Amino acid sequence: MAKPLKKEVRQVETTGHQWDGIEEYNNPLPRWWVWVFYLTIVWGIGYTIAYPAWPLISQATPGLLGASTRADVAAEIASVDAGNAAIKERLIAADLNAIGADPDLAGYAERAGAAVFRTNCTTCHGSGAAGFEGKGYPNLLDDDWLWGGTMEDIHLTITHGIRNTTDPDARYSEMPKFGLDGILDETQIAQVAEHVLAISGQEHDAGLAAEGATIYADNCAACHMEDGSGDRTQGAPKLTDAIWLYGGSREKIIETVTKARFGVMPNWSPRLSEDEIRAVAFYVHGRGGGE
Amino acid sequence: MNWPRASGPKEGAAVSTPEAEPSLYAAREPVFPRRVKGTFRTLKWWIMGITLGIYYITPWLRWDRGPNLPDQAVLVDLANRRFFFFMIEIWPHEFYFVAGLLIMAGLGLFLFTSAAGRVWCGYACPQTVWTDLFILVERWVEGDRNARIRLHRQPWNWEKLVKNGIKWWIWLFIGLATGGAWVFYFTDAPTLLRDLVTFQAHPVAYLTILILTFTTFFFGGFAREQICIYACPWPRIQAAMMDEDTLTIAYREWRGEPRGKQTVEGNGDCIDCMACVNVCPMGIDIRNGQQLACITCGLCIDACNDVMDRIGKPRDLIGYLALTDETRERAGHTPKSVWSHVFRVRTMLYTVLWAGVGIGLVVALFLRSPIDVNVTPVRNPTFVTLSDGSIRNAYDIRLRNMHGEDAQFTMAVTSDAFVTLGLEGETGLTVTVPANETMSQRVYLTAAPGSQAAQEDRTDVRLWVEEQGTTNRVHHDTIFNGKEDSDG
Repeated sequence: MAKPLKKEVRQVETTGHQWDGIEEYNNPLPRWWVWVFYLTIVWGIGYTIAYPAWPLISQATPGLLGASTRADVAAEIASVDAGNAAIKERLIAADLNAIGADPDLAGYAERAGAAVFRTNCTTCHGSGAAGFEGKGYPNLLDDDWLWGGTMEDIHLTITHGIRNTTDPDARYSEMPKFGLDGILDETQIAQVAEHVLAISGQEHDAGLAAEGATIYADNCAACHMEDGSGDRTQGAPKLTDAIWLYGGSREKIIETVTKARFGVMPNWSPRLSEDEIRAVAFYVHGRGGGE
Repeated sequence: MNWPRASGPKEGAAVSTPEAEPSLYAAREPVFPRRVKGTFRTLKWWIMGITLGIYYITPWLRWDRGPNLPDQAVLVDLANRRFFFFMIEIWPHEFYFVAGLLIMAGLGLFLFTSAAGRVWCGYACPQTVWTDLFILVERWVEGDRNARIRLHRQPWNWEKLVKNGIKWWIWLFIGLATGGAWVFYFTDAPTLLRDLVTFQAHPVAYLTILILTFTTFFFGGFAREQICIYACPWPRIQAAMMDEDTLTIAYREWRGEPRGKQTVEGNGDCIDCMACVNVCPMGIDIRNGQQLACITCGLCIDACNDVMDRIGKPRDLIGYLALTDETRERAGHTPKSVWSHVFRVRTMLYTVLWAGVGIGLVVALFLRSPIDVNVTPVRNPTFVTLSDGSIRNAYDIRLRNMHGEDAQFTMAVTSDAFVTLGLEGETGLTVTVPANETMSQRVYLTAAPGSQAAQEDRTDVRLWVEEQGTTNRVHHDTIFNGKEDSDG
């Protein structure tokens, strides 16, 4: 073992402070420490000159080196955009139904579409694209489509939207407010609701439903078709299946017939670029419901 | 701990006056190892040749794996996350093989250390091997020990400048070759060499070579034994694995002392010629006993045996010896054989552990499937109601094809309840997974309206993947979510 070093008690000045007989040594700081400290001050001054630092009224001093994190982000986004420019062009030029056959294109559209969907579509259709059942936000995963589920249909719907006032090409249709506008009275509405319950295979009152069948033929069949199979050209829902946009219970059907429904989707054409619309259309088409 | 150095400060030099505290810093005493011949030196030349040969030649070995895979025998393909070792290909999910190999390397060190002390340090450690090589260059340029000491002491002049210059340039070249060989392990060696000399290689390759050139130059040329003494943690750990039966290098002081002239009556066998000190690359005196700085390279044994032969005394005044032998020899008995030191319970135990891990790895290697499947159920939403009222679940699955060729994977499902299987974007149940890749595929399970699976909260299902035309089949268990009891 090494010999323990004998620590000499050195005579150094004290600060002169005394508390209960305890004095404080006035040991100087190590020289290297002091020099590093001065160096940091010099460095600090240089740094505030070279980089944005001092806050002024509207902005900070810009610094001599012109460093800007905003500009860095913009440059990074621009470089990513430049890197994707070629595949975006290919995506715009591609036939809508041929995207899936090209692995590069499909991979890009899937990822880009997912990003576009998360940013723009989840507010109404949910992060899992399952919509909100009974609240009028369609589920995009199932095999039931109001306006069609092919790539072309989905692309058209996203581009122009549904029943909005901002795009003249938006798909449009309007269900009459049978109750509020006095077209049908409460009894007739109750009867037609029984008929809808009957054709969708739910529990119903056969007598009322039979009465409702004629009311249905007179008032509803024009859009929803005689057999209730709906009409995609005017966004009239199929009434015979298990999927209900606003709920399929007796109360909900009566409410729908009385007040009508008017679901609106914005047009995404100016907000999203063509490649983004194609990407998100491909993404939605590939969630399990695409036709 | 204390390790007396041959040329350390004289006794009393470090005693401090009350005013001046003793300095905690000691400048390095340069070491000039003398040339030596003998058994251990020859062994060390062979080991140096073999280890350096393995290091430099390995990246250039070729191994045919088919058209889609690299043909380099040993390749750490970081970009594609693959490790190739001759017939073995390791994927990231099989990293336990690397962990196992590291455990084996660790246990191997335990084994060798408990049996023969710091053999790793003395013979196989890259620091030792490269330092040995650098000293060889130094001796070749500047001459043997005495010439080097003279050169070191003389003031800077033309001769000193030229000799040092030549030496440094050769060291730099060795460093460059060291760093240059290292990068070949990470990409195709011939391609990289062509890119390197035409200045088209990736900057990382040049940077790696630069860093390794410098570290080799510095560690082998200047830091040398200081790395072992101050920087390396391994010598500290090794002490825990050594015991009184471990072979280390020892000076038989009961035979050698008192050292001095042979003509003087009563002197031991040691003539104090300092040969053992002069050849030592660590700059220590082994006659002070086993010490921290000793890397057990055996060169002092060679040096001393040479002297003993010349003065007509028996060999092995310095030799490999265990502590128990020392006690035995002091008492006048003969030491135990080397083998009885090597084969004992402790080393056997290490061997069994080492072999156990090794056998486990080999078994795992043969049992692993060349295909794999991983299933992630889509939980947002848990299920989808289709227009006919049936319930559908979606799963994102990852299919892994470890073959060098594209493969057809066919999927199937088994469950107590009846569910049907479908694939996104495919009409059938078969997909083509590209060679040596992992592919994502979305699959759907659908339960008919009112069926058991549609109504039950959870149903166990097993997804199967079979490779077409082979018997390779893997499965993954998951859950099918039925329609929950909804309130409205």
